[in-house]
Parts: sequence; structure tokens; C-alpha cells
Amino acid sequence: MKRKIAMYWGAGCGGCDVSLLGIHEKLLDLLDEVEIVFWPCATDFKYEDVEKMEDGYIDITFYNGAIRTEENEEIAKLLRRKSKIMVAYGSCATEGCVIGLANLYDREEILNAVYLNNETTPNEKKIIPRGKGEEVKLPEFLPAVKTLEQVVKVDASIPGCPPPAPVLEEALNALLEGRMDFGKEVALCDECPRKDTKPDKIVIDRFYRWHEKEDDGSCFLAQGMICMGPATRAGCGGECTSAGIPCTGCMGPVPKVKNQGIAMLSAIASIIENMDEEKERAIIESINDVAGTFYKFSAAKLLPEGRFKDES
Amino acid sequence: MSFEPKIVAFLCNWCAYAGADMAGTSRLKYPGNMVAIKVMCSGRVDPEFILEAFEKGADGVFIGGCHPGDCHYVNGNYRTRRRVEMMKKLLEQMGINPRRLRLEWVSATEGQKFARVVNEFVEEIRRLGPSPIKKEEAI
Repeated sequence: MKRKIAMYWGAGCGGCDVSLLGIHEKLLDLLDEVEIVFWPCATDFKYEDVEKMEDGYIDITFYNGAIRTEENEEIAKLLRRKSKIMVAYGSCATEGCVIGLANLYDREEILNAVYLNNETTPNEKKIIPRGKGEEVKLPEFLPAVKTLEQVVKVDASIPGCPPPAPVLEEALNALLEGRMDFGKEVALCDECPRKDTKPDKIVIDRFYRWHEKEDDGSCFLAQGMICMGPATRAGCGGECTSAGIPCTGCMGPVPKVKNQGIAMLSAIASIIENMDEEKERAIIESINDVAGTFYKFSAAKLLPEGRFKDES
Repeated sequence: MSFEPKIVAFLCNWCAYAGADMAGTSRLKYPGNMVAIKVMCSGRVDPEFILEAFEKGADGVFIGGCHPGDCHYVNGNYRTRRRVEMMKKLLEQMGINPRRLRLEWVSATEGQKFARVVNEFVEEIRRLGPSPIKKEEAI
């Protein structure tokens, strides 16, 4: 019997849905093995259809996107009930991804920035679309972005923004065989094409953003550019580093590491050259956005309830 | 009930912890709000420890190490200085007052200084009030 699968998009960009096409002709083999019972991006099913299913009817649900609205949360809970296996698909569902960076701001700040203070959005009546209108009710914008795991029990996660084809292929094969053990246990540096140019000891005396310096093809850290490779799980084969862009860490931490951002923060602080305090401070100051650099994909894990408010 | 700050202090074995000992043997008074954790070097204090201390309910985190140039392990304290500097930037973005994290150099003979900086820090945290982080468990 064909396995029943569902795919849902929460707060995401749609890239995860498209990434499934990245496995190319293998998709045809996959479609032979499975029956799609729910996939809003590609097929015409309604929420009512899911509600009518028996509990545990769906074999595997792939949930991509973060939990940003009441609707995302409600569907996550609904799909959890209807599914035997719940998979967090992609970085948003797993760690919150760039959408999770919203947790560095208040809900009101975000709504104001988008609807009231945005020069390119004329809004003379100062309308913020939320709450219950006369005809429709909009799902509430939650106070903070949540990862799937913060809302429902998750059985497995497929990392990546979106999951790179080799990672996805391995994960799909494993899941369809009923296994949860997939993915590599080493850091990206291990498979980076620039691996051989990584010196034994890296010392940095200033940071460059990647557009500020011509790439000489060697290890980015040795060139003074922040590359998240050492703290990021391998699997993508160094797609970004081979295209001339330092890793920003979308694959999440290496298994067994709890906190990718802080691990990298610590490592970067260690490889700055020993120097006097003033100069040191200036170099650290040149990293404008510490949270955005080290927690680009995991801010929702760092701040699960949003930004703190220190009264003082 | 008045607010009593909880402070976690990481003190290096060679200087700051000995400095704390010196404060004690010199009969100097400092508040008991601080829980001292001895580490071999201030460089052993992973930024994760700092975050975890806050997550578990600390209102302030204090790190004591050897003076620059005096580190028993040559450059551990320089790393700490840079990590603390970066942690302060991260804490600020998280909405936590970076003043809740303090790094001080205390040598083994500076019992006076140790008592003074701990007093100052406890007073400062008292002014700042309780940490905004939800407390998972009491220390």
C-alpha cells in the first residue's frame, strides 16, 4: 500500500515546497511510493478534508515554515493528531530560520514597521490588518515566532534552508524505510571544497564582510570573513562556500551541540589576535549585528518567547 | 518582599578565587548574594555558561580572572575579555541589560578589590531589578 504523506507550509518562503523538486527524476520514484493527501502548495485539499481524516491516518507529515500565526499553530496541532510521524522540514520548522529573527523585536514594532512606518506602503487610514472584521477573521499574529518543536512533538527534522538535495534524498529514503537516523555528524568544514586551505591556526586582526574583500579562494575564516562552517552541520557539500559565499549556518548545529550561535561566537572571539583593549573593542564593534550573524537561523530557539524586556 | 539579587560568579583558580579567599581571611565584608564557581581559568568560561546561568535564573553573572599579562595559561583571560565583549552585544540584542554581565581582573593579593567590586556589582543589580528571563529553577 502506498504511504500517505502530507506537506504543509507555515511561515516560510515557499522554498521548501520547491526544494522537493530539487531531487529531480527521483521525485518520480518517490511519487510511485507515496500518495499525497494534503499539500496546499501543489494540490487542492482543504482543511476540512484533513479534519475528516481519522487520527493517525497520514503516515508522514512534512511541516515546513515556522509558527508565526494562530493558523500555523492550529494546523500544526491538527496535523500532529492526524499523523504517525511528524517531520520538521527545513530550517524554519526546525529552528525558526530568518523568520525567527523577528524575535529580536516586539510584535508591535514589527506591525508598525510593516504597515505604518513603511514609506513604500501608503496607509493613510493607518490600518493594521488583524483581528476580526465584519466578514472575515484574520488569524492572530503571535507574540513571537515559534519552531515546530515548541508547539508539537516532532519525530525528525530535516535541516537546511531549504534542505539541499543530497540531504533531502537521504532523509526521504530513511523516513520511507521507517528510520530516523539520517544526516551527517560532522561540521561543514569537513566537506568544504576550501578545506585544504584552512591553516592550523587562524588569527584574525579585522573582519571583512564578504563584499568588502576579493575572495582569494582560500578558507573564509583565514581571510577574515565570518564563516559559520565550523559550527554548522555538514550535508550540503559546501554549496555556498564553493560559490564564493561564506556559510551562514542554515544546516543548524552539528548533532550533540546545543547552541550553534554561542559556539561560533566563542570560537570567533578566540581567534581574534591578542591586542590592546581599545583595538580589540573596535574589531568586535565591527560585527554590527552579533545576533544576526551567529543566530541568523536559530534566533527563535534563542528567544522562544521573543525579546526580553529588561525594565532598567 | 525586597529583591535580593542572585549572582553567579565564575572565578579563576589562580587569581580571582585566591582574591576571594584573601577577602575572607582579611575579614572583609561582601554580600552573600554571590555563588562562586571555581574554574581553572577565566578562559574556561564558555559563553554558553553565561547564557545558561541567566536561563536558570541568575540576575547577574560575574567573571573574575587574572590581570592581562598574568594569566596562568598565558592568554586565557584575553579570550575571556573578547567573549564577554561579544556576549554583551548579544545580551543587548536579546533585550537583557549588558550591565548584568561583569568581568573584573582580581589578583590573588587583591582581597580589597574583590570585596569592592562584588559590593558594587550587587548594588548595581539591585538597582537593575530582577532579570527578565523566566526562571526555570531556583539556584
